[in-house]
Amino acid sequence: MNIGVVVFPGSNCDHDCRYVFRDVLGQDVTMVWHKERSVSGLDAIVLPGGFSYGDYLRTGAIARFSPVMEAVREYAEEGGLVLGICNGFQILLEAGLLPGAMLRNDSLHFICRDVYVKVENAATPFTGACESGQVLQIPIAHADGHYYADPVTVASLKANAQIVFRYCMPDGRVTKEANPNGSLDNIAGICNAAGNVLGMMPHPERCAESILSNDDGRIILASMVEGLKKRRRAEEWGEISEVQGNKAVIPSRAEDGLKIRGGRGKV
Amino acid sequence: MKAKIHVTLKQGILDPQGKAIEHALETLGFKNAANVRVGKYLELDLDEQDRAKAEVEVKSMCEKLLANTIIEDYRFELT
Repeated sequence: MNIGVVVFPGSNCDHDCRYVFRDVLGQDVTMVWHKERSVSGLDAIVLPGGFSYGDYLRTGAIARFSPVMEAVREYAEEGGLVLGICNGFQILLEAGLLPGAMLRNDSLHFICRDVYVKVENAATPFTGACESGQVLQIPIAHADGHYYADPVTVASLKANAQIVFRYCMPDGRVTKEANPNGSLDNIAGICNAAGNVLGMMPHPERCAESILSNDDGRIILASMVEGLKKRRRAEEWGEISEVQGNKAVIPSRAEDGLKIRGGRGKV
Repeated sequence: MKAKIHVTLKQGILDPQGKAIEHALETLGFKNAANVRVGKYLELDLDEQDRAKAEVEVKSMCEKLLANTIIEDYRFELT
């Protein structure tokens, strides 16, 4: 698979993402400078963490106007997989590719430490290798991670199972104490209604190898790769049973237990 | 024409910076200060003589970039 990692001025987790996809997961990686106007030929796009444009005005507010973002929007609308991590999540919110907004952490502190998140939806292309309710330990590193959306938006997120990760205790209990930044409903990650765009504050690329004593993040990034491979196999074998608009529904395979939703019509 | 723009968090949205400043003011003895809210102030020169057109333009700037209307309100004056 060819994974595109977008590089904005001020991105600082782009090389970590490249390292994990290329050296840990064995995929091709293309670094995409933010001035590019095309993202064709890529199997997935990652908007990495960092401080794009120095977080001027608001986090992600300027980056969303980078030329590449118009191509990312079209790519997402066609069903392509887009993962935004930390600042990437903030950019997706500002761009309107995900609903809601980020506020300053309620403690006002920049928080850099491991947290636990509960997988609330294991049926996305990013969590296919997770068990529903699985607890992952992943680091966060942000000052603006307090997710906010109006009550109507939150109700629709819940109704559509778009809340993918919530901050929790090590045993999986979702409590106020487990919430590092004041995020509404302990939200750590959400996807769009089609399920092909995910934004998450924790950094899976920072904990994807056992030598680091924690490889929980690998499960998320490997889910993407395995889901893409499976989709390609299914397309090659002509197994797509149903195509609704941009949404390809692929029969799930019992042997690997991966479920895919919102796949791209063509890869 | 000059536009003076204020961007503030919507009422009801927690403003931890405002709270911290409120506590600092209290510590300094300003016991009467309450409900501190922190915002942004921007000013810009606009090459436009027609006030109505300028208003439309600045409003559009606020909606598209200067404020995130999910969490922020804005107001501006033209001088």
